[in-house]
Amino acid sequence: MTTPRLIATASQTVGPFFHVGPGGTDALGRMASASAPGDHISLRIRVLDGEGAAVPDALIELWQADAEGRYSLTPSLPVEPPPLFSGFGRLGTDADGWCQFDTVRPGAIAGSGQAPHVNVCLMARGLQRHLYTRIYFDGDAGLEADPVLSLVEAERRATLIARESSPSAWELVIRLQGDGETVFLDL
Amino acid sequence: MHRRPEEIGSQPPLRYPPYKSNLWRAPSQALVTIPERLRDLAVPVYGYLPIVDTDNDLTRQHAGEPLGERIIVSGRVLDEDGRPVPNTLVELWQCNAAGRYRHARDTHPAPIDPNFGGAGRTITDAEGRYEFTTIKPGAYPWGNHPNAWRPAHIHFSLFGQSLASRLVTQMYFPSDPLCAYDPMFQSVADPRAQQRLVSSFDLDLTRPDWALGYRFDIVLRGRHSTPFEGRV
Repeated sequence: MTTPRLIATASQTVGPFFHVGPGGTDALGRMASASAPGDHISLRIRVLDGEGAAVPDALIELWQADAEGRYSLTPSLPVEPPPLFSGFGRLGTDADGWCQFDTVRPGAIAGSGQAPHVNVCLMARGLQRHLYTRIYFDGDAGLEADPVLSLVEAERRATLIARESSPSAWELVIRLQGDGETVFLDL
Repeated sequence: MHRRPEEIGSQPPLRYPPYKSNLWRAPSQALVTIPERLRDLAVPVYGYLPIVDTDNDLTRQHAGEPLGERIIVSGRVLDEDGRPVPNTLVELWQCNAAGRYRHARDTHPAPIDPNFGGAGRTITDAEGRYEFTTIKPGAYPWGNHPNAWRPAHIHFSLFGQSLASRLVTQMYFPSDPLCAYDPMFQSVADPRAQQRLVSSFDLDLTRPDWALGYRFDIVLRGRHSTPFEGRV
């Protein structure tokens, strides 16, 4: 027998005014300090809607392992001084739908069989629930065997793979709907 | 047969045409379900920004006092089994008493209150409790449909203990007649889940001669969340 569970609180849209609160700082776009170990990269993300228009009011959160493939295993209290690598980033998109995080390239999580990746949580006006997706890195040797990518139809996998536009500068376009729609995940 | 929360209407559907902004933004393809063993659960849950003592009192963040009805909003953060979620970040944001956000894109012709920013943050205690002091937000019109008004509401953001427990929601006030006309509130079909979004007036939370009290308990999805039970 299972005991009756409580109904989880329903999600509601983040709305257009989140810059008043959670989206009000650029500080969380800097996930790694200069002395953090690893391959320092910029990760530029653009959000487009079903008409191909830029989404200027999306809130993007990134959750990733460090360069050694380690997640912080406990919830992280806001502390001073901040750690070299936070593992968490959050930015609102600009007028052209872009945001840019400064981070390190994540390592593979030992024993997971998964290719290095960044977890994405996307909120926006118009979305009553946030969307989860992932960002993998083009050319990574682990992509072929990644068990999550393997769940995705082959022709849609590219929607989860960032490209290196110039050295150490990675980009991914998230298309919310329509042609080339990004694969979103149910956790 | 276990049914997903979305099927029984406790979560809003991704596609919900009465909410106009949803039209070009909701995905049209089905979500790809990630088996629990492949989900990254032990992820850090928020970034490192220090919290100062006025962060949970929106009436003390400026030189003067904001206009409006002072209220205390407090409650517990629980998981689906009723266990407290301690030590988790709770953020809120809202418009002022006149129904205006302090935001460049808010064009509602209601006054900005120079003494009200509208954002707060706090951490839950060992019993999962949080508390904010703020002012009651006003209702305001929006462009979704002719004569559309948002009920008074406060936006909440919570992390919980895993990626899957992330929640952004809105808290409403008891007996607000506007909820019946609000596509956001109505996108949650299950009446019990609707009630979970409505705070309750609580005389015990009221601070005499100072502020009224509203209770708002929040239930986060857990590490072994409901959608995956009973699945092959």
